[in-house]
Order: sequence, then structure tokens, then C-alpha cells
Amino acid sequence: MGWLTTALILVPLGGALLVWVFPWDAFTAGSIALLVALAEVGLWIEALVRFNFDQSGGLQLDQQTSWFSDLHVSYHVGMYGFSLWLVGLTVVVQAAAIAYAFWSGRTGARAYFGLMLLPLYVLIGVWGGPGRLGATIKFVIYTMAGSLLMLAAVIVLGLSQGTFDLTASWQSSSDWLFLGFVAAFAVKAPLFPLHAWLPDAYRESPPEVSAVLSGVVSKAAIYGFIRIAITKFPEPTKDFRTVTLVLAAIGLVYGSLLAFRAPDIRGVIAYSSLAQLGLITFGVFAVNDLGLNGAVLQMVNHGLISASLFLLAGGIERRAATGEFSRLGGFARGRPLLATVLMTAGIIALAVPGSSAFAGEFEILAGVFTRGWGYAVVGAVGMVLAAMYALRLISAVLHREPGPSVTPEALDLRPGELGAIVPLLACLLALSVWPAAITERSFAHDRARTDVSKQFGRAP
Amino acid sequence: MIPRPHVDWFALAPELFLLGAMGFALMGAVLLPRRFRRDFGALAAAVGFAGAFVFAILIYVHTPDVHSVIADSVRRDRFGALAQVIIAGAGLLTVGVSYSERMRDEHIAEYYALLAAAGGGMCFLVTAGNLMTLFLGLEWFSISLYILCAIDRELEGSLEAGLKYLIIGGVGSAVLLFGSALVYGATGELAFNRIADAVGSQHLTGDALLVTGLAMIIVGLGFKASAAPFHMWTPDVYEGAPTPVTGFMAAATKTAALVLALRVLRTAFPQEAHLWTIALAAIACASLAIGNLAALVQRSVKRMLAYSSISQAGFMLIPIASDNAIGGRALLYYLIPYSAMSVGAFAVITARERELAAPVTLDNLAGMGWERPLLGVSMCTFMFGFAGLPPTGGFVGKFYAFSAAYRHGWTWLVIVGVVATAVSLYYYLAVVRAMYMRPAAELQLTPTPVAGGSPPRDALLQTSVVLALGVTVGSFIAVQPLIHVAKLAAGALPF
Repeated sequence: MGWLTTALILVPLGGALLVWVFPWDAFTAGSIALLVALAEVGLWIEALVRFNFDQSGGLQLDQQTSWFSDLHVSYHVGMYGFSLWLVGLTVVVQAAAIAYAFWSGRTGARAYFGLMLLPLYVLIGVWGGPGRLGATIKFVIYTMAGSLLMLAAVIVLGLSQGTFDLTASWQSSSDWLFLGFVAAFAVKAPLFPLHAWLPDAYRESPPEVSAVLSGVVSKAAIYGFIRIAITKFPEPTKDFRTVTLVLAAIGLVYGSLLAFRAPDIRGVIAYSSLAQLGLITFGVFAVNDLGLNGAVLQMVNHGLISASLFLLAGGIERRAATGEFSRLGGFARGRPLLATVLMTAGIIALAVPGSSAFAGEFEILAGVFTRGWGYAVVGAVGMVLAAMYALRLISAVLHREPGPSVTPEALDLRPGELGAIVPLLACLLALSVWPAAITERSFAHDRARTDVSKQFGRAP
Repeated sequence: MIPRPHVDWFALAPELFLLGAMGFALMGAVLLPRRFRRDFGALAAAVGFAGAFVFAILIYVHTPDVHSVIADSVRRDRFGALAQVIIAGAGLLTVGVSYSERMRDEHIAEYYALLAAAGGGMCFLVTAGNLMTLFLGLEWFSISLYILCAIDRELEGSLEAGLKYLIIGGVGSAVLLFGSALVYGATGELAFNRIADAVGSQHLTGDALLVTGLAMIIVGLGFKASAAPFHMWTPDVYEGAPTPVTGFMAAATKTAALVLALRVLRTAFPQEAHLWTIALAAIACASLAIGNLAALVQRSVKRMLAYSSISQAGFMLIPIASDNAIGGRALLYYLIPYSAMSVGAFAVITARERELAAPVTLDNLAGMGWERPLLGVSMCTFMFGFAGLPPTGGFVGKFYAFSAAYRHGWTWLVIVGVVATAVSLYYYLAVVRAMYMRPAAELQLTPTPVAGGSPPRDALLQTSVVLALGVTVGSFIAVQPLIHVAKLAAGALPF
């Protein structure tokens, strides 16, 4: 079964090389990319079918090959319950992003190469807006500095433990190594003081890249928190729990306030990502059943929401040539599809009761409540602020008098754009009906904390 | 009658092959009509390097343990053989890159003769077993390189590069020679292993004469490896020399100097390890700092890569300074992708130079990635490799180098290396950015059309680049076999 995981990794790589090396025209390249993306979704569904959710603990669909043995480094991939959902999020968002790029007529085969491989450096730089070079450099320097810190931590840890295999049951109590990892993840997420790259990168990237960045890449960091920080460093996690939770709380409130004050659509989505990531970090560092389950659900939710919002923002910017609220307004008039889709995404984003985001946030707050009621209060304030910025976004774009940049010629959403965005919303609606699909299937027997303990040793 | 030592001719085959190639190329330069000289010279050098490559592999396979070749003056072991393989491979690729160089054809056969001679000198140097052969090998390839740097008299800066290299290289050689004399004076021995024995039996550890000599030898080798603070010649020489020669120098000279440094320090001065490990760590840190910071502000790509090669020397000094088996492995492994990346990167610059007939800067690289997909992809990979990003051997090399430092107990050196890597990303990725993210039109670049329109597709250069690319990426995938090879090679030294 291990081939399934490897195929999920290698298929986009192969597709990217195919698009890069051969001089296709834009249409062929786009078709290949879309085909590869859909194949990925198919592979993921196959993995979903074969995955045994009842088996407690352990890596499934895994494959291991020795890479260089004298330092005990091997190629070892596989999936846990919660990683399965994150892989699902990745393939769906990626497919939507590629479909969006395809229908919005990106010229040149290059766009698709990057979308498949996600070398975001190239992606932002080539297709971004006017400030793109600065944004790219900032993003790369930030994340690379983080990654290199992690590399150093990996080397020190691997050599001192005698193995680089994450599935081996070792744990470390070194604060420095813990910080090395957490710094890398905190930059990618981003967590509060390390977010300076975020507004630039999200604003200057093309919409489909922003969608992938905020929808998928930031989740990799949270995955790292769950898989490495908490499980491998139980002692340091306990020591630094308060610091992390406070930073997350600051990020949540600060990001929400900035989102409320942001002058353009992308600014709102970008800063709301900062806030949402703070909330998810709450759930992770609560380290209990409710918190962890809620965090996984909310990761998937936020990935889908921010991806669809960024794609919608791209559509609006195409029509109005600007994302500034002062020049927008009245989009709802005569554009029912756009209004419906944006409204749906916005309503879910503000976690209206009954939506999957509500389920996720509720679980997170219930989980963090046991660590201190103050955190839950901050989280609840964040939810109120989320309603404020989401409603502001909706009303500034859809309602009021038509703004100076909104001309009657601006059309409604076209079928192509709908084809990219509606599946994302459909996933969200399905999760709203049945959030337990994720919360009960991320960790064995719905026991996140004991599951984490059983698999990786003592949980904090 | 002087007793004649037994000579193991097979062990000398790579050097002899290259010397033969040099002889043929020189004969061609004199005897053949002008229009055949380029082809003949290139062919002779290519055959020479290919032969050296094959013989070095044969020596590697057939030498499970260390032999002395001529009464301890030359060593036959896998350590030297692997270094010879790397040098000969770099030389072979360089011949391919050089072939279409627009150079006045009156000296073209001599160019290849000197290239083969320099390669022979390096192959000799890495097997040196005593201080005399060390100096002989060093001067042998240095003199060839002095001339190679200055051979294209029409190239701006070429003559200056040659002269600068000659003077500063001469100082380096003199320091090394003086250091050798001091060591000989202290111990009364020339052969590396006997120096170690003499230090042990005569209790010379910490002897002022010996330590001064050791320091001077390190300085002399530092000049050749272009490690800071002995790097002053590097940017000017790398920039002024014909670009294929620069690539060869960056790859092969550094390989020879670093491999020899490890051999000398490990076999002749094991008792002084507490001194030279710290000295080398300091040199490594200085190289990383100076090379990286200076590279940040360069506009000329050749000059930028020259500074980057200083910082790369720093990276490769880390495993030597670690003074453990894993360090030897790390050095020998890292040299494989590093040499390929160096030759390859300078080959891409060569191609761009021929296209524009002007020195390559970050500005006029603009758009190259889209115009020449193969070269663009390759250059990206080489830059990623220098920066130590996957999927290149550079990543694994750095991984091993840092592991070696950690095993030695120097976590601080790991951190210095990581910080240096983070800084280096800025200028390596600047090349990628220039090639892919800046439209050529934005710069109003006027590619000077050369006589006869656009340059013809240069099949040999592209083959070399593809081979270098293959080694760079292949060494990431085939880590296990290459590390095994490096492990056996490093096992020839007394760790």
C-alpha cells in the first residue's frame, strides 16, 4: 500500500517536470496540470478508502527505503489519520488553484509548473504584482531562515538520538532543540511576532498562489507542531505552553483587528489567516482531545475558506482592477452567482452556528478552556471580531452603492471560476453537515490525547 | 651506484596519461597546420582526462590498502584515487566547455596542453607522500594555471589575473616551502608518516619550530584553497581568467588543495590536532563570513561566484577541522557535487558570455531562464546546490559536514554554518531571480550580435552542463553508494 503515499508525492513532481521541460503551449500545459491535480484527488480518495480508521496508532500506507545508512537516514513516508485529512486539503486546494489558473487564462506554461511543484519563490516572483520582488525575497528569507534553524535542530537531534526516523519512539527534553523546530514552524504558520512576510506575500502573489500559500502551506507548520513539537518534546511543550498560548492569543486579537482595518480584500483575508492560525495554535497547545480534534477540523476549514476567498478576491480584482474597498461596492446587483458564493464563504468564515468553522472553533475553545478560562474568553472575542471583519468584507464588496471601479460591464462569475470555487464550498458544506467525519477520524477511537501518547510515548 | 627504488608505474598512470596528453597537444601546436590545432588539442586533452579518470577508478578498485609508490614520496591509496577521479572528471567537463571558446587560435593547442598539465599536477599533488612531492605537485599545477589565466591576451583583465595569481600564488608557495623547511628542520624527516613518527619518538609535540612550520604549511594551502584571510587574489583572478579556466580552478584546484590539506594534517601532524583543528575552524569561520558578506554586494556573476567559492572553502574546511572519520567522508562526498556544480555554473556563464560578448552581470542574466531552458534549469539547480537545498548533493554534503562538526562536539560551528547558509541564500537565489523573474525587456538589454548572428548551439558545452547536472542531482539520490566510496577512501587515512 505504501506506493500510494509515494505516488501522491511523485505524481505532481513528474507533472511539474513534464510541464517545465517541454515547450507546451498554455492550453496543453494547463490541461496536463489539471489532469495531474485531478489524478492526485483520485489517489487521495483511493487512500481514504484503504485507510483503516479503527486501527489505533501507527503509520498507515507507509513505505521505507534506506537512503544513507551510516547516519541512519531513510526515506520513510506514510499517513496518520490527521495527516490523511491534511493531504486531502492539499490536493483539493491545489486542484482548485490550478483550475482557477486554467480558466482565468494564465498565459504561458510556466504558471502550471510552479503550481504543481509549489516552489513558491518562483511562483510569487513570476506572476505577482508590482511589489513582487520585495515580497518574494522577504518570504523566502523568513521561511528559509526558519527551515535552516530546523535543519540544525534535526542534525543535532538525529545524531544524539542515533536515528532520524520520526516514527521511532524517542523523546527529547532539550529546550533549544524544541525552540529550533518551533521557530521554523512559527515562521511558516505564521505565529504572531514572525508574520511580517505575510501581508506582502499574500497581497503580491497571484490569487491562486495566495490560495495555496494560506490554504496549505501554513497548515504544514501546524502539522509540525502536532507531529514534532508536542509529541517529541513533551517537557519543553509544557514549559513553553503559556508563552505559546499567549503569543497565539495576541496573534488572534491583533490579526482580527488588522483584518477589520485592512483597506482591501486580500488584506482582510491575509490578516484573518494570522488570526485563524492563532486560534488553531490554541487548540494544538491545549493538548487534549477536544483541542486537537478541533484544531485538525479547523485546519481543513480554514484551508478551504481562505482558498475560496482568495480565488474570489482574484475574480473581483479581475473585474474591478482593484481590491480596495473604497473603490468597490454594489457587486451583488445583477451578479447573483458572485454574491451567493461570496456570501456563503464569508458566512462560514465568520463561524456562524451550524457551519463547520463553528464546530471547529467550538471544540478548540472547549479544549483550551481546560487550560485556563482566560484563553477561552480571548478566543470568544476572536470569534466576535471574525464576524466583524467578515461582514465588513461582504458588505463593502457586495452592498452599498456601486463603487467607482465597479462598472456595469463587470460580469458575473463565469462557469470556469465557479468550477474552481464551488467544489471548495461544497466540501465546506459537507463538513458543516458532518464535522464528525474529521473529528472522529483524525485520531484512533476519537481519543486524540491517548492516541498521541500511545503512538509517541508520553504526551504532555 | 645509487640504489634505485621500486617504482609502481600503475599508481602513476593518471599523471603520466595527462603528461602524455600534454606532450601530444604541444606537438600538435608545433607540427600541425593551424586549422587542425583546436580539434587536435581538445581531443588530446579529452583523451588525457578520460584516461586519467579511468585509471584513477582502476587504482581505486585495486588498492584496498595503502602502498608507497616511490619510497614514501608518493602514496597509492583510495583517498588519492578518489580525488583524482574528481579532478579528472572536472577536467574532462572543462574541455567540453572550452571547445567553442572564441579565442585567438594561435595558442589554442597550448591551452589544452596546459589544461592537461594542470590536471596532471593536481593528480600528482593529491597522492603526495612527502614534503618535496607536495611542493613539486603544487608548483606543477600552479605554474600551468598562471599561464592559463593569462592565455587569452585579448580578454580584458586576463593578463592582470595571471600576474596577480602569479605574485600572490608565489607568496603562498614560498610560505609553504619555508614551512616545510622548518618542519624538516624540527624533525629531520620529509615523509608525512615519518614526521608523525619522529614527533612521537622525539617528543616534539608543541615544539616551536614544528608548530611554526605547521602554521606556514596551513597558510600555504589556504592560499591555494582560497580560504580567508588568504583569499585576496580570488575575485580578481576568477573574474579575469577565461571562464572555463575559472570553473576548472574553482572545482579542481580546491579539490586538490583541500584533499591534500586533510592528508598532510592527518598523516603528518596527528599529535598537533588540538592546534590545527582550532586554526582550521577559525579559517573556516573567516571564509564563511568574508565570502558570504562580500558576495552579497556583487553585480558581476563571476565575481559573486568567486566570493561564493571562498565561502564554499569555508564549508569544506568544517569537516577537515572536525578531524574525524565522518569528516573525511563528508569532505570527499561533498567535493563530488561541488566540483560538478562549479564547472557547470561557470559553463552556463560561459554560454551567456558567448551570447552577449560581454561580462555577465546579474542584470544581463535577465530572462535567460526562459530563453535557454536547459541552461536555466541547470543554473538553478547549481545555485540550489551551492546553497545546500535539496534535491542536490549540496544538501547532503552540508548535512554531512554539519554532522561531522557536531560529532566533534562543536555545535557552535554547526550554528555558524547554518547562519552562513541562510545569508548565502540571498545571493544564490538572486541568480535564479535574475534568470526567471526579470523580463529582459525591462532592462533594454541589447545583446550585441556577434558576427554571423546568434551563436550556434554548443553541443559540447551543453553535454558538459547536462553531465554536471546529472552528478549534482544524482549525488542526492545515490547517497549510499557515494558515501560508501568516500568512506573507503577516507579509511586510507589514519583516523
